[in-house]
Amino acid sequence: MRLHSPDDLKTLQAELCNNGHWTGRTLIIPAGTCGRASGANDLIRKAREELLRGEFAHLIRVRVTGCHGFCETEPSILVEPDGLFYPRLKPADVGRLVEATARGEIVEDLVWLDRETGARIPHQRDVPFFKKQRRTILSRSEQVDPEDIDSYLRNGGYSALLKALEGGDPAWVLQEVKSSGLRGRGGAGFPTGVKWEMLAKQPSTQGKFLVCNADEGDPGAYMDRSILEGNPHSILEGMLIGGYATGATDGIIYVRNEYPLAIKHLHIALEQARGLGLLGENILGTGYSFDIQVVQGAGAFVCGEETALIRSIEGQMGEPRQRPPFPIQSGIHGRPTSINNVETWANIPIIIEQGAEVFAETGTEHNSGTKIFSLVGKIRNTGLVEVPMGITIREIVHEIGGGPVGNAEIKAVQTGGPSGGCIPASRFELPIDYDGLAKAGSIMGSGGMIVMDGHTCVVDVAKYFMGFLKDESCGKCFTCRKGTQRMHEILDDITQGRGTHDQLDLLEELALVVKDTTMCGLGQTAANPVLSTLRYFRDEYLAHIDQQRCPAGVCKPLITFSINENCSGCQACAKACPADAIYGERKQRHTIDTSKCIKCGTCRSVCKRDAVEVA
Amino acid sequence: MNGMVSLTINGLVVSVETGMTVLEAARFMGFPIPTLCHMDGLSPYGACRLCVVEIGEAPRARLVSSCTYPVEEGLIVRTASRRVIRARKMILELLLASCPQSKIIQDLAAAHDVQQQRFRQEYEDCILCGLCVRICEEQMMAKAIGFRNRGEKRSIGTPFDLHSDECRLCGACMYVCPACQLRCTYTEPEKAVCGGCANLSPPCIEKEPFDDMMCYMTPCVACEIQKD
Repeated sequence: MRLHSPDDLKTLQAELCNNGHWTGRTLIIPAGTCGRASGANDLIRKAREELLRGEFAHLIRVRVTGCHGFCETEPSILVEPDGLFYPRLKPADVGRLVEATARGEIVEDLVWLDRETGARIPHQRDVPFFKKQRRTILSRSEQVDPEDIDSYLRNGGYSALLKALEGGDPAWVLQEVKSSGLRGRGGAGFPTGVKWEMLAKQPSTQGKFLVCNADEGDPGAYMDRSILEGNPHSILEGMLIGGYATGATDGIIYVRNEYPLAIKHLHIALEQARGLGLLGENILGTGYSFDIQVVQGAGAFVCGEETALIRSIEGQMGEPRQRPPFPIQSGIHGRPTSINNVETWANIPIIIEQGAEVFAETGTEHNSGTKIFSLVGKIRNTGLVEVPMGITIREIVHEIGGGPVGNAEIKAVQTGGPSGGCIPASRFELPIDYDGLAKAGSIMGSGGMIVMDGHTCVVDVAKYFMGFLKDESCGKCFTCRKGTQRMHEILDDITQGRGTHDQLDLLEELALVVKDTTMCGLGQTAANPVLSTLRYFRDEYLAHIDQQRCPAGVCKPLITFSINENCSGCQACAKACPADAIYGERKQRHTIDTSKCIKCGTCRSVCKRDAVEVA
Repeated sequence: MNGMVSLTINGLVVSVETGMTVLEAARFMGFPIPTLCHMDGLSPYGACRLCVVEIGEAPRARLVSSCTYPVEEGLIVRTASRRVIRARKMILELLLASCPQSKIIQDLAAAHDVQQQRFRQEYEDCILCGLCVRICEEQMMAKAIGFRNRGEKRSIGTPFDLHSDECRLCGACMYVCPACQLRCTYTEPEKAVCGGCANLSPPCIEKEPFDDMMCYMTPCVACEIQKD
């Protein structure tokens, strides 16, 4: 079926709402990549089996969606319309759950257990992880089956496009995006409306490109993947609106090859949208034509950089080039090109639907809307959190994140991936926005947030990120290629206990030069992990150099393991030790033979009495 | 693209043609800027970063590679500010640490008063400036060599490290190389990109449309043999 006018779309939406009206309950099973990895497929199979076996199919339906954000608790089930949240389910529990749901009851022992109070919290909205969030983008992933355009339409999908097309005025759309104050979610925070306006003003006889940058490469960041997997149509709708506003003719979604599920869902979505006439020539009979194709990246981190991405799309080696000319003037095949991040595109339909003013109410001045962060590391609740801009780091880490996972205090968060920086716990009252983070020596980046506690060595972290960057630098700029290698070399020396004060000075000097002299964003921010950790944790560097000591107990050459008087002689460590370095009689305090010890830390992790010390 | 642009270089207001790069403008006005990966007649690449200059005014002043940056109306350029010199010295130190045997790099370091390098000494042949890749493609019309891989593993060579049919052993890559004159290793020809020095019959005769006008092999082993 092809829709020929805006009215056709409205009729279809209304029809879908009426026919699809469902008064019973729905089991929503998140099955993004994270969900599937933790066993969501078994849950889905089991749930369907139970529905058939118990003849509940007329009472309960199953909806498979993308990730809802709380990856830590998957596989999980959300029951609609009650909003009951069942985390970390085993297939064996599904039978009970289905029966109770059919009776309209809650399975008390399966719902969320609050560790602090010991209380059971049945409703998703009351779970601390969800409570403080403002989930405008992620909550849509709960409503929508990503493989079914009907499901998207039923939930008001493509209404924003309708509104834009019916308004008949691209300038109005531009103005809405501009006054919403939306800033690019890819990291640099350039106002999207301003970028679009520049694109709209560019003269071009051969058409203009809009690109969705889904080359999400930061270690520990996966919000773009979740959006693409969970709600691909929202990206298409955003791009269609963008094309209408800017006069662009072609859209490209550049998605990394490591996201096979996202690619699959995108292809399904594109095909379905094309089938309905929402993509292609003469969309909804309005005379507006726009088509989107998917281009798969080949695995280079640097291709997330605009100019390298353009070269990659053109089929050349992914290497940044000098700007100016900016992609807005001369992008793919020399045509004007605007590149926006996945999350930016996901915000567009929301802005048009709600209106710019409503959108701008969330967040702070110059930093409007919500931002999704992927909260990972030494934190109790890991997952995707969507929060209004301007929220403090403390609120994210301690209230939503639930604090540290072990006994050690949280000492810092790394924001913005490898090119970001460390922010120490003393600055956790910092409101998160583009400018605040930049002042603190970090960047917003695409929204990775890695939490570190007392058992994380910042020198080791800086070395890890530098190792990543030296592999992922394209190698064109000499200072980026050799600079990251040399910084890694010095950091390695320090973690091995070979570092000197002269080397530390050289590291800082080099870091500043790398930041100054490289061409693209990767190189210019490559020194951030070093500079920010030196700024806030210089004492840890000095402990490695002066005292040959790793305060966090991570850098192997600088630590020794020993067993203290807490030891009960349970022999758990002795059995677990892969090097047979632990000996001692049963019920007697054990000893570690340091000459045999390989410092793997296994004894420390198996000990229940905190008897293994690292110094 | 015709017309003139005026910009300020080291406090001097100058007027140059649109489309010029900052490097060309500065050199035209007589301000020296060191380069390793730039050559007139080849497209600008911006790999060596030695040609960085400071543009704009504090606090938004920044360094850009002058060989790739186009002149703009009202641009303020400083070719030898303290920040530029500090960066250049560090780049030279990095170059010396990797490629100490290059005469060109030694001379540049001496000219910038870089006496020592503080990194672990390496002995690499190639600084990946890309001059050979560009001359092969843009001037010799062969496109026989190119960049491969990224980051630490980046290197220059022929596809699959096999002798390329596109290569006609013109020797241009060796002629332009600022660092790795050793590429032409008479002792270990199999390690060289082209293997040209081990070639004993004149390649220019087989590949017809090219004559010795397009040959940088001086002296050419094969030609010398022919003459005898």
